Amino acid sequence: MIRKFHLKMDTREAIAGYLFVAPLMLGLIILTLIPVLGSLLLSFTNWNFVAGLGGIKFAGMDNFIRLFHDDAFMKSLLNNLLFIITVPVTIIVALLLAILIDKQVFLKDLFKVIYFLPYISSVVAIAMVWQVMFHPSLGPVNQFLMSLGWSNPPKWLADIHYALPSLMLIQIWIQLGYNIIIFIAGLQSIPKDLYEAADIDGANSWRKFRNITVPCISPTTFFLLVTGVIGSFKIFDLIQVLTQGGPANSTTVIVYELYDTAFNQLKTGYASSMALVLFLICLIITALQMLAQKKWVNY
Amino acid sequence: MRKELLSRTIWTIAMGLLGIAFLLPFLWMLSTSFKLEKDVFNFPIQWLPQQWNLIENYKQVWSGDFARYYGNSIYITLATTIINVLICALAAYGFSKLRFPGRDAMFVVVLALYMVPPQASLVPQFLLFNWLNLIDTHLGLILINSFSIIGAFMLKQFFMGVNNEYLESARMDGAGHFRSFLQIAFPLIRPAVATYAILRFIWTWNDYQYPLIFLKSKELFTIQLGIRLFGDQYGDVYSLMMAGAVSAILPLLIIFALGQKQVIEGIALGGVKG
Repeated sequence: MIRKFHLKMDTREAIAGYLFVAPLMLGLIILTLIPVLGSLLLSFTNWNFVAGLGGIKFAGMDNFIRLFHDDAFMKSLLNNLLFIITVPVTIIVALLLAILIDKQVFLKDLFKVIYFLPYISSVVAIAMVWQVMFHPSLGPVNQFLMSLGWSNPPKWLADIHYALPSLMLIQIWIQLGYNIIIFIAGLQSIPKDLYEAADIDGANSWRKFRNITVPCISPTTFFLLVTGVIGSFKIFDLIQVLTQGGPANSTTVIVYELYDTAFNQLKTGYASSMALVLFLICLIITALQMLAQKKWVNY
Repeated sequence: MRKELLSRTIWTIAMGLLGIAFLLPFLWMLSTSFKLEKDVFNFPIQWLPQQWNLIENYKQVWSGDFARYYGNSIYITLATTIINVLICALAAYGFSKLRFPGRDAMFVVVLALYMVPPQASLVPQFLLFNWLNLIDTHLGLILINSFSIIGAFMLKQFFMGVNNEYLESARMDGAGHFRSFLQIAFPLIRPAVATYAILRFIWTWNDYQYPLIFLKSKELFTIQLGIRLFGDQYGDVYSLMMAGAVSAILPLLIIFALGQKQVIEGIALGGVKG
């Protein structure tokens, strides 16, 4: 009797369990799993979705061969690689600011809020502000530079050489606060007695930073590095609003190419092959992360 | 001791100046939105306008379709946040507090899907929604943002901290699983739910990519698409553009001001990222 009752309880719990996770699982299967498999299949086809299902033509590896001869796409790949530079720069600046905010100042919470503001603000609104600030002739940035005596300052977002660095600068400005918050949380988990022991041994600030802070914070640094690099491959909003990949493809990135190919040029199959490349890149970074983690993170 | 106080004061002032420099784009945006258009590019920059034009600027921004975009954004963001939080909380409870065959395998699938960049599934998502006639509807936009792995992870961590004895004793008293979830576990993790809800609100309010691809009709636009359109229309009227930008950011600043502590703690805790 008691056993039977237990069995019934277990079955009821199992049914309840499936019902609890069902909405999320169904959503993920329909909106993520099936679409990813769809991307995989479509990447081997030549198709404009407006032509209807009858218009699908199998194309084998053609899309991928074309990708490597597509100057705009190769440029976008290169730009994405260059964008990775923003990640270590943000991490280093954020670590220094986090240490100062954590140890050296009054009004700690206020400083956290200041640096966090760009991160929570809408990218579109922020992009518009920077667009006006970077205005080639009238914007405050160039007016300031000209007042310092630089007669011919760069045209920033409108300049083929300066557009990408300008975007990188804005990206660092946006991401800094997030990195600072994570670092401060990491710093607070370092045991205080390590620093006290170092004080007794007469270590100076630099040695404490080098031999205690840096190794103890390495899991946080590693986390920020990996999420930052993966995040940098997904950059889109800033570019769509500010440059649309221009001037002359100098700021195009994979996701922008994907968007443009799929939704402006309506090349569904070709865009899917770009999606697959993006997916593979993220997968490789994650795999590298798992390998590297054992080597250089101290827990 | 006095030496430390002095050093702290000096660092605070230095960091304060740096912080102001960091916020200059915001200050410039705000001050420009108060100005007459002819004064926008005066140099040296007048941080306080010579002639105030605040009311006129904002009146002109809000006289157009702005209020409609705002309403759309508020509706979409609230609906998405509520549905998303509910779905995540249910799944998180199921994965942490209920035992059923295949649970761990399912969770591994969820973990694996987390590695998929959203843009890798964008094109088929669009095709699917197009086929279901959900393109250019608010419902489509709400649905696409309603299922979030990060939310399920975050809330699962907190449900695991809820003592099983509470739930078991509730069940002894005859409460079903749904009632123990709703009346015992959920209230216990309410602060975590609030944190996640605020973050989800911010992320949805700021979402640009999905509205850009899913919405076609101007009357359905969210505020992000709205200010973009506004920027195209008033591309040379910078005082109005900045008043538009301020208007788009303002609700976020209010939400952030109210839940500042939760947001920062939430971000720090999970290393959460949208």
